[in-house]
Amino acid sequence: MATHARRHVLPGFKLSLGFTWTYVGLLVLIPLSSLFLKTFSLTWPQFWETVTAPRALAAYRLSFGASFAAALANVVFGLLVAWVLVRYRFPGRSFVESLVDLPFALPTAVAGLTLTTLFSSKGWYGQYLEALGFKVAYSSVGVAVALTFIGLPFVVRTVQPVLEDIDADVEEAAATLGATPTQTFTRVLFPAILPALLSGFTLAFARALGEYGSVVFISGNMPLRTEIVPLLIVTKLEQYDYAGATAIAVVMLVASFLLLLVVNVLQRWSHRRLEARPGA
Amino acid sequence: MRTHSWLFPLILVAFVGCSKSGSEGSAPGAVTLLNVSYDPTRELYVDVNAAFSKHWEATHQQKVSIKQSHGGSGKQARAVIDGLDADVVTLALAYDVDMLHDKASLIPDGWQKRLANNSAPYTSTIVFVVRKGNPKGIRDWDDLVRDGVAVITPNPKTSGGARWNYLAAWGHALRKPGGTEQSARAFVDSLFRHVPVLDSGARGATTTFAERGLGDVLIAWENEAFLLTDEVGKERFEIVVPSSSIVAEPPVTVVDRNVDKRGTRAVAEAYLQFLYSEEGQRLVAKHHYRPRSEEVARKEGARFPKLTLFTIDEVFGGWRKAQSAHFDDGGVFDSIYVPQAR
Repeated sequence: MATHARRHVLPGFKLSLGFTWTYVGLLVLIPLSSLFLKTFSLTWPQFWETVTAPRALAAYRLSFGASFAAALANVVFGLLVAWVLVRYRFPGRSFVESLVDLPFALPTAVAGLTLTTLFSSKGWYGQYLEALGFKVAYSSVGVAVALTFIGLPFVVRTVQPVLEDIDADVEEAAATLGATPTQTFTRVLFPAILPALLSGFTLAFARALGEYGSVVFISGNMPLRTEIVPLLIVTKLEQYDYAGATAIAVVMLVASFLLLLVVNVLQRWSHRRLEARPGA
Repeated sequence: MRTHSWLFPLILVAFVGCSKSGSEGSAPGAVTLLNVSYDPTRELYVDVNAAFSKHWEATHQQKVSIKQSHGGSGKQARAVIDGLDADVVTLALAYDVDMLHDKASLIPDGWQKRLANNSAPYTSTIVFVVRKGNPKGIRDWDDLVRDGVAVITPNPKTSGGARWNYLAAWGHALRKPGGTEQSARAFVDSLFRHVPVLDSGARGATTTFAERGLGDVLIAWENEAFLLTDEVGKERFEIVVPSSSIVAEPPVTVVDRNVDKRGTRAVAEAYLQFLYSEEGQRLVAKHHYRPRSEEVARKEGARFPKLTLFTIDEVFGGWRKAQSAHFDDGGVFDSIYVPQAR
């Protein structure tokens, strides 16, 4: 019955499906496949040499490492932010609510310039951090900071609706059944929000991998040390090395696609486990 | 999904509408040119375009409007290669213009001989900007590699301007008494050890130096140095002119394939010739580029200090050779930079 009713909600399914394929094909599939085509102008050894050059390897390490660290930080602190926004009413709440979305809208180059100014050795934060022995701007830490900034809304905005769905009485029920606050969190709340956290992590991670504007300002762009993959691609383009640039882009594309796939599978698995739990 | 079935034709209409209104841009009898240039020439060409339009209307009774496009030189060249309909290009280095021939056959091989002075109607050179009072006592290239001096220059792999900086340093070391390829390489090697940040473009490097207060000396184009000291802060910065430097020649050319297609060759060629006219040269000088005209240069002499200048052709045998020897993957810059980071 349910499927029957749903079919009525979508009249002209064939048209919509055709549209979907055309749209996705024109905007995603064709551009991406032309990326692959461009790398075919390289022979296999050339391709391998390009994508495994020490500079490229260092850049993958930094891009994936910093993106991972940033996404992880966002999972922890994004959850906290979402939690406070959902569970508490306080003055200025709607203001904070809109602040969270700002990294979505702000041109990332502006964010990058601002962060660099703050964290450089003469900046507001930087001068104190430097005194404590932390170098943020022009180091890999700076890269992670920029990526954390741009990734924050992804975690908050995916976790928030799930948290809103969990009524406070669930916690109360757990408490009346004798659960400690820690037990309530780990056994009741956390499993429910885990899938959302995972997808927030994935989104933040994926976004960070491709980020260019904010990072080029704060990283210092030192080859082998603070050079991100997108900058390496731009470098290749500046040398009119289209094939080399696309070769590295293809590596990034494949790696991030695989990562996203893994996280999606994980997410589905945790979701199914949650549904299968008796009483959930 | 339902919404899309009516959205789709709407989007189509929007696209068609856009392309149609685009082609109707020019009124009959008027002509438009597109000048694809690099970043710091924006203000220069605003002035040049206004002056040229007036000049062309007076001599040919035809209105001409010139559109400008600015960005990193290499990026701009790529846009033209990929189909941006530039009538003329006015880029930062000949190598980028060469690529219009090599990658897309948009211009003939000998394009640089078509206009006087290597097709570069104005030049600049590479100088230093230091903080007021010159606290580190920087006078010449060799001072840049003294202990405790931090140098700001962008990445030669991504910035055309930075390539001029690099070649200026190399040329200076090479032409010094007793200079050899080895000593030049050693000098540039130690120079880049004094660079704490490699910005991806020249404006970024200027920001790093001026706004964030990093580094003791900024290696910059002379026209950018003038902008920084005259217009941003005379009380904060000083220009230091080294004993010798490279002549930076930003070349201009008509993009043959595009002007022939659009029928704008005559006006495009006149536009570039105008840069060599007295009025053009005065505007060039006003915007801190060194004019080619000796007469205008004489009048502006005080602003442009004298120093020993060498050209890229003399020292490096042209841009193509310089590019492949120094900046392409596996070139000298890579071998300087790679062992350092390990």
